[in-house]
Amino acid sequence: MEALGVWNYWVVVLLMMIGLYTVIARDHLVKKLIGLGVFQVSVIMFYVSMGKVTGGTAPIIPDEVPAEGILYSNPLPHVLMLTAIVVGVATLAVGLALVVRIREAYGTAEEDELQRMNGAQS
Amino acid sequence: MSEHLSALIVVLPLLAAPVCLLLRHTAMVRAWTSIVAWACMIMAWTLLERVQTGGAISYSMGGWDPPLGIEYRLDALNAYLLVIVTTIAAVVFPSGTILTGTALPEGKRHLYFAALLLCLAGLLGISSTGDLFNVFVFVEITSLSSYTLISLGKDRRALTAAFSYLVMGTIGGTFLLLGIGFLYQVTGTLNMQDLALRLPELLESRTVLAGFAFLMVGGSIKLAVFPLHQWLPNAYTQAPPAVSAFIAATATKVSYYLLARVIFTIFGAAFVFDALHLHWLMLPMALAAMFAGSFAAVFQTDLKRLLAYSSIAQIGYMVLGLSMASEAGLTGGIVHLFNHALMKGGLFLAVASVVMRTGSSSVNAISGLGRKMPITMAAMVIGGLSLIGVPGTAGFVSKWYLVVGALEHGWYSVAVLILLSSLIAVVYVWRLVEIAFFGEATHDVCEVPWNSWLPTWILIGGTLVFGLWTDVTVGGASSAARALLGGTP
Amino acid sequence: MSSKPPMRMREKVLLRVASRVFIPLILLFALYVQFHGDFGPGGGFQAGVIFAAGFVLFGLIFGLETLQQVVPWSIVERSVALGLLIFGGVGVACLLRGGRFLDYGVLDHHSSMHGQHLGILIIELGVGLTVAATMLAIFYAMAGRERT
Repeated sequence: MEALGVWNYWVVVLLMMIGLYTVIARDHLVKKLIGLGVFQVSVIMFYVSMGKVTGGTAPIIPDEVPAEGILYSNPLPHVLMLTAIVVGVATLAVGLALVVRIREAYGTAEEDELQRMNGAQS
Repeated sequence: MSEHLSALIVVLPLLAAPVCLLLRHTAMVRAWTSIVAWACMIMAWTLLERVQTGGAISYSMGGWDPPLGIEYRLDALNAYLLVIVTTIAAVVFPSGTILTGTALPEGKRHLYFAALLLCLAGLLGISSTGDLFNVFVFVEITSLSSYTLISLGKDRRALTAAFSYLVMGTIGGTFLLLGIGFLYQVTGTLNMQDLALRLPELLESRTVLAGFAFLMVGGSIKLAVFPLHQWLPNAYTQAPPAVSAFIAATATKVSYYLLARVIFTIFGAAFVFDALHLHWLMLPMALAAMFAGSFAAVFQTDLKRLLAYSSIAQIGYMVLGLSMASEAGLTGGIVHLFNHALMKGGLFLAVASVVMRTGSSSVNAISGLGRKMPITMAAMVIGGLSLIGVPGTAGFVSKWYLVVGALEHGWYSVAVLILLSSLIAVVYVWRLVEIAFFGEATHDVCEVPWNSWLPTWILIGGTLVFGLWTDVTVGGASSAARALLGGTP
Repeated sequence: MSSKPPMRMREKVLLRVASRVFIPLILLFALYVQFHGDFGPGGGFQAGVIFAAGFVLFGLIFGLETLQQVVPWSIVERSVALGLLIFGGVGVACLLRGGRFLDYGVLDHHSSMHGQHLGILIIELGVGLTVAATMLAIFYAMAGRERT
């Protein structure tokens, strides 16, 4: 039962494996990028669930009431993930741009065909 | 301003990149990039001098003191690394061959230089920050700019090479992030010094072990340690040759630094080597890399691919130094960072000159060029000799320390294997010499202009100078090794 | 895939009218998110994306060419650079005023509190500008390609 108590980590593990499997098993480059995105999101989920404090509220210090005794969630993982999300978006943008150019240069975005064409060229 | 140097060295190239977009004119952007690289180099040498006389420098970003704020911390190892990266940048960026082999129309060239500067900023950032999450951010800045730079190669295969590097690099980067997350979860801090203080009592925890494993695998992917090296040969082969020169000479060095930092500063050699016995994993991988890389290099028909496989072998030597975890071994590994940066940078620049004249980087392209392009080819030969480790070249110095380290441990067979793998290097270097000097000339070309051969010769000349005069390189490396092993820097 | 070309979006009255109503609201909301970032959730990243979304919607409906007349590529490229420079410029200004890099407290003579406010406001402006311009740049680069 203890293992079920940390269900958020099971979600993270599941997402991560789905992402990694997609990256490895799919041939189409866009699908690979989708898998990569899922893979990155799993880590973001991991951080965000780490920052959750049971019963904690948003970490904004109120003006009126004294701040003592209020239980806050940990804001740091969220801040870190803001950066990680931006990194993920940038990676996705560069990856998709590469796929667009690969498609233009080869006429396909299927990995096995690309490998065959590269093999024929060298 | 001088107390801000450790921040400025990262901030300057980071802010110089957008200036490229405003300048737009290719010649101006080119000059600007070179000036920035030179300024960074001067700062790096100043910092190295200051660290060696005054000890580690700590700088708190935004006035927030560590461990709460982001700390930039320079000790003997970081400063040494900054010098390597900036020196290579200062030589490669002004080179006449910087644009050779790029597929860029005239109006877009400024973007190429912006990407180069961003890559430099990322590398300097990884080397100087003392905050683990900051490391991840700079790793991604470096990686993203190198994906773009690699994809700019002339051949369409550059695109697929960049894509597979992107997939591998992102997996590696995400593993790093996950490892950092595990450590943060257990300790509640991201500062490396603070982690080093808090981790010793938590080393039994599975979470820490998992974090360590993810950091090591992520770092190893970025470093291209032997079984995780698949992305490297294609990436180096298809990238524009000057980009290969820059990335081969700097990016793997910085990843090596990251691994050394994680192992020695954060976790401590006692935990990694005495409790986990990691060297029994790293040692076979390093040896396999030395042999597999050199063997593969022998059979390559493309100069850049040959050098890329030789890089994998050289990374093996560096990891070997890491796995020894002794002062001599680490000194060998760290001094090899510097020496390998010089020779690989020089060799790739020589290839860039060949590509500039013949338009091809195949081994047959240099046939008979020993007479047509004597300056470039002489540089290539000396670089090759240094790869082998001939006495008098820089490659000898690092291999000497590695052999000494192996003997100190009583690993006699390892010492023999180091020498044997160097013999394989003789095969592929001799092949180049034979084709270049005894082959039939197929291309009717002349020597490249001085601004192309001079950078090559600065680096190759460096391998000769530092092969004989080892005060700076070995001195810096051994103080870095002592700093890592916990002595006073 | 029918042989008849589909109706272009700008010929659809409903889309045209609706977007004319929505686009100013989107831009206004972006500005709200931008300047409300000091007091609550919001800030440059989100505002930049929302701001760019308004332009992207315009581009989707009225065509890429029209959008590029409104915001030419050269302006987008320069804005990316300018935003980053504003961000870094604040950091360098802090250095020049004797503080650490990005130590906004020194920006105001009298109160470090005001300095902090001023610093983060300008920084968020830079972030917003860069993010909005980057989103548009990605949109231009991807949408401007011929379909093969």
